[in-house]
This record gives sequence, C-alpha cells and structure tokens, in this order.
Amino acid sequence: MMRQRRLSLGQRLTLAIPYLWIAAFFLAPMLLIAKISLSHAVLARPPYEPRFLSSDTLADIWAKAQSFTFDNYRALVADSLYFDSYVSSLAIAGVSTVATLLVAYPFALAMARGPRQWRPFLIGLAAAPFWTSFLIRVYAWIALLKDEGLINNALMALGLIDAPLQMFATTGAVVVGIVYSYLPFMLLPIYAALEGQDPSLREAAADLGASPLQVFLRVTLPLSRDGVVAGALLVFIPAVGEFVIPDLLGGSDTLMIGRTLWNDFFANHDWPAASAAAIALVVILLAPLLLWERARLREEEGRR
Amino acid sequence: MSAPLLSIEGVTKKYGAIVALDGVKLDVGAGEFFALLGPSGCGKTTLMRSIAGFETPDSGAVRLRGEDLAGVPPHRRPVNMMFQSYALFPHLDVFENVAFGLRRKGEKEGAIRARVSELLEMTQLAPFGARRINELSGGQRQRVALARALAPKPALLLLDEPLGALDRKLREETQFQLKEIQRKTRTSFVIVTHDQDEALALADRVAVMRGGRVEQIASPIDIYERPATRFVAGFVGETNFVEGVIARDDGLAFATTFGRLPRAQCALPEGARATLSIRPERIEVAREGQGIAGRVEDYVFRGEYTLLRVRVAPDVVLRVGAYDGRFAIGDDVKLTIAPEAGVLFAAAA
Repeated sequence: MMRQRRLSLGQRLTLAIPYLWIAAFFLAPMLLIAKISLSHAVLARPPYEPRFLSSDTLADIWAKAQSFTFDNYRALVADSLYFDSYVSSLAIAGVSTVATLLVAYPFALAMARGPRQWRPFLIGLAAAPFWTSFLIRVYAWIALLKDEGLINNALMALGLIDAPLQMFATTGAVVVGIVYSYLPFMLLPIYAALEGQDPSLREAAADLGASPLQVFLRVTLPLSRDGVVAGALLVFIPAVGEFVIPDLLGGSDTLMIGRTLWNDFFANHDWPAASAAAIALVVILLAPLLLWERARLREEEGRR
Repeated sequence: MSAPLLSIEGVTKKYGAIVALDGVKLDVGAGEFFALLGPSGCGKTTLMRSIAGFETPDSGAVRLRGEDLAGVPPHRRPVNMMFQSYALFPHLDVFENVAFGLRRKGEKEGAIRARVSELLEMTQLAPFGARRINELSGGQRQRVALARALAPKPALLLLDEPLGALDRKLREETQFQLKEIQRKTRTSFVIVTHDQDEALALADRVAVMRGGRVEQIASPIDIYERPATRFVAGFVGETNFVEGVIARDDGLAFATTFGRLPRAQCALPEGARATLSIRPERIEVAREGQGIAGRVEDYVFRGEYTLLRVRVAPDVVLRVGAYDGRFAIGDDVKLTIAPEAGVLFAAAA
C-alpha cells in the first residue's frame, strides 16, 4: 500500500527541515551531555575531563577517549538518592497527571459542547495564563498557599479552621502547582479530540438504549483516548523533570530528580554525575514511550 | 385498519421564526413501510427526530401504541433509528456495533451472540463480524447500520435517507433487500427521503411533505396517478403543467392555447382557470392522424423510451415519452391526450 515514489528536491528540503531542527537543537546537545556523562569531574572550568580541542590530532583524541568511564552511571545505581529521586519524581508526576486529567476533562467537555461561537473565546481563555510569566504564576501560588496566605486567611475568617493549614512547602503544593501550570497542555488535546467527535454517534448510542452515563463511558470517553494519551504525555514528561515548581512550592523533603540534578550541577559542580542522571532520565522516559508508539503503529497497521 | 402503531397528532415545531412542523397529522400501522417524502427543509427530518426523541415538539403528541411519548428520553423509546451518516462506532468492530443495543438491554451473552449472528446473516455480513468500521465499503457500512438498528427488535424503525450515500446500482439492489428485510422482520419502517423513486419503490404509503405540512398521504400509485396538489404532481415524477380554462359548452373540455382537450370528469365550474398536470408517458405521439399538431424541438434518449420536447404553441412546449422513438429534430408529430389522463388543479386565487 505504501507506494515508493521519488520525491522532488523541494519535497526533500521540506521534509529535511524538522529533522535538521531536531538534530541541531535536540540531538547535538544530547550528545554533548552524553559525552560529559562519560567524563570525570575535575576542579577546573568547565569542571570535567577529558576535553577535546580543535588542535587535537587523531592520536590525542584516541588517548583522551581512553579515559571515558561509566563510573557516573555506576554511582547512579549505588547512590539511593538518585533511585529515590526517580521514584518520587515519577510518583509525583503520575499523581499530578491523573489530577490534571480529572480537572481538564470536564473543562474540555464543556468547551467542546459549548455554543460554537464561544469556542474561540474559550480556547483563548484556556491559553490566557501563557501571557504572564510562568515564574510569576508559580510565585502567586505561594501567596495563596502560605500560612498567612489567602486560602488560610479566608478559612480562618470563616471560622472553619483555628490554626493555618500547612499547605505551602509540601508535596501536595507541588502537585497543585503542576496541575495548575500544565492544565492547558492536557486541556487542548482532549478538547481537540472531543470537538472532532460526530455528535450523531452519541445520538446513535442513546437511540440504542444507552443512558447519558453509558453514552459517556461507551462512546465519548473511548473516542477521546488519543487526546487523553497526548495530554497525559505532554503533562507527565515535563512534570517528571520539573525543577521550578518543586523548588518554589515543595518542602525540604520533596524529592524530585530536577532538584537533585540542579544540586549536582550548581552546588556540587559535578557535571558528569548530573549529566549521567539526565541521560538516565531521558532513557527512563523515552523507552516506554517508544515501545508504546511502536505497539500503536503496529495495531494501526493490523487494522488495514 | 387496526389501531395505529404510531400516531402523530397535530405536531408543531418552531425554531425561532422558522416553522419546521406545522400541525402534522399521520398514522403508521403495524408492519407498514411508510415514507416521508419531501424536498430538503420540508420538516421530514425534524418529524423523524421528534419520533426518535431528539426533538421536542412545541405542541401536539407523538403516540406509540396509544402511549404519549412526551418526556420519554431517546434511550427509553422502543424506536430505533438508522442515521443518514450511519453513525457507526469507529472504536468497535462490526459484531460489537450490532450488539451495542442488546448489551444496553443487559441481555445474556449467549442470546446476544445468537441475535447478532442472525442479523449478520440476514444482512450478508456474516464473514465481517471482526472487521473494524473503517475496513468496510459503503454498502457494507449501510448494512451494519441497518443490522445495528434492528438488533434490539424495535417496535418501529426510522431510516434517515438510508440509500442516499450509495451509488445508483447498489441503491436498486439495496431497495429489494430493504423490502425483504422489512417483510421478514414485520417491523414498521418509516423512511425519510427526498428521493421520490426511493419512496415510490419502497413504501406501502407515502406522505409528501412541504413547508412543515403534509400535502398528501396515499399509496405510491395514487400519489403518482392522483396527486392531491400541484406541488405533489410536480415533485413526484415528471410532468407537464398546462394552463387553461374549463369549458362546458360543447362537452366537458379544457381550453388551452393549443386547442380544446376533452375531459372525462371535472368538478370545477365553467370558465374556471386551472392547470392540467399530464405525465409525459400519458401523452400519445404519432407521426400522422388526428391530434394536436406539434414539432419536435429536442429529444433525450432514455433507454426504455425517448423523451421528446414538442412545441405545440408559440409559448407551450410539452414533454412527451415516445416508446418507438426514432424521431429527429424538426419532425412534425400529432399528440393525443386521453380524456381520463392527467389531473386538473384549480388555479390559486
């Protein structure tokens, strides 16, 4: 079915642009980090060895390459801090993703079912937070969550609580921050999936005896699966490596790999260890994603 | 006729200033094949959606076996609908599409399997149970939609332009299948269509609708032979409209610009302005002899007959069906219109 055909030069160039982009801005830095992860730390600037110079001969390069080591990866496994950070990051990102989904789905549904002429406005509202700085919005949450913050003051004024609740500087605050910050990334793909659904499918289901709840569970939800998966990935992946939100809203005991990395990089000046941790994170996130995508493609091919 | 299965009693529905249904009254009997025929915007789809429960009439009642359906949501109505777009579930295979209604009824797995197999057999889809919807041809999808709507054994099946998306050849084949399935299942079918051929071919009775009103309800033959209004005559089948005046001085006749046409019967008074609707195939054509003189202006070969355009007066061209037709442009012909052929309508005051 896939017909082999010759592409014109223009088509090739068009296709080449995204690949070149990825090569220049994703692959090249990744290779650099991979290389640093195989180096060892020294007290210098930059703080790792070996370094390759443009004056190196082939023999020099070979000699320097001999000093590459997997010690940093061994350290990752040996030091439980890394393991704990990964597990904690995945857990926090997982909980946050589920929470974001639960908040975003009803929003997306309301947007998709709302009057057609309102939809551009609603999409604009969903994207409105992007008009202010991410950092300022996270800081704003401090003002809401801290002991003498808006929420505690309001609850105390209403007499619902006597002492302020400890909300700021907790892992829960991190989850709230992630849900808030990443909501649009979940909302928009789900909205797109729901908006594209043929309303006559829901009518057909109702006509065949499905109650409104069954229509949702049997038709609307399964047909929005691709949007949910896309949204979940767009939230989960950056949330695992999130640094700003746990740093500003999390407590001293909130362990996330982004913070551990930052400490290695800037506090300990151990670039090779931080690089190894970063590469490991990419592998942890990318491997299941690639497997899932391959399974999906195979399923789609099987259907043809 | 016994008590009707479905009765529509003075149903009216307005969308703002637009009147979609205007006091529609009709009955559908048990086991009847009924057609709602009309041009787009005549209200036939709104009427069907009111029966299914997707629209709520402003006034009037929709009764099924005498029971008022007002306030009964679509999923509790023993009425199923075959959607014009088919609305098949793309995430389910053919079997599960057909089983959908049965599962909602909470039937046992064994009963579901048996019923779905029976329907797949009936619609010649037996080998395709495990297929996805996007792997099916248009005709197969149409049959899945029919099987799915029939599966829960509805009291009444609504079909929205069921053959609209099929090509011409498949359409004819499917017409026979639809009729056969309707006979076998003894379910009342209400079909909505803008295609007069489809309505005439399939239905026991046809309701012709226009502007939210029912113009005529009758058998296909009566609709065709005895249209109640000028609109019905023009909408169903091909026809000629001839303007003239009723004359009774020398035997009942219809006086036109190209001559007097004797009439067998007419309730209109002497001198009344009227329009005669005469089908092309009811005008006899000969090369010589008695009759209205005319000249062939143009012709279209249609296979079983040739449609001629014959000028009989400077301002009148009649379409005439010729069965032995080797006519050429410019031929002189004689036309005869039998006194009982055609229908007279009084000109609108």
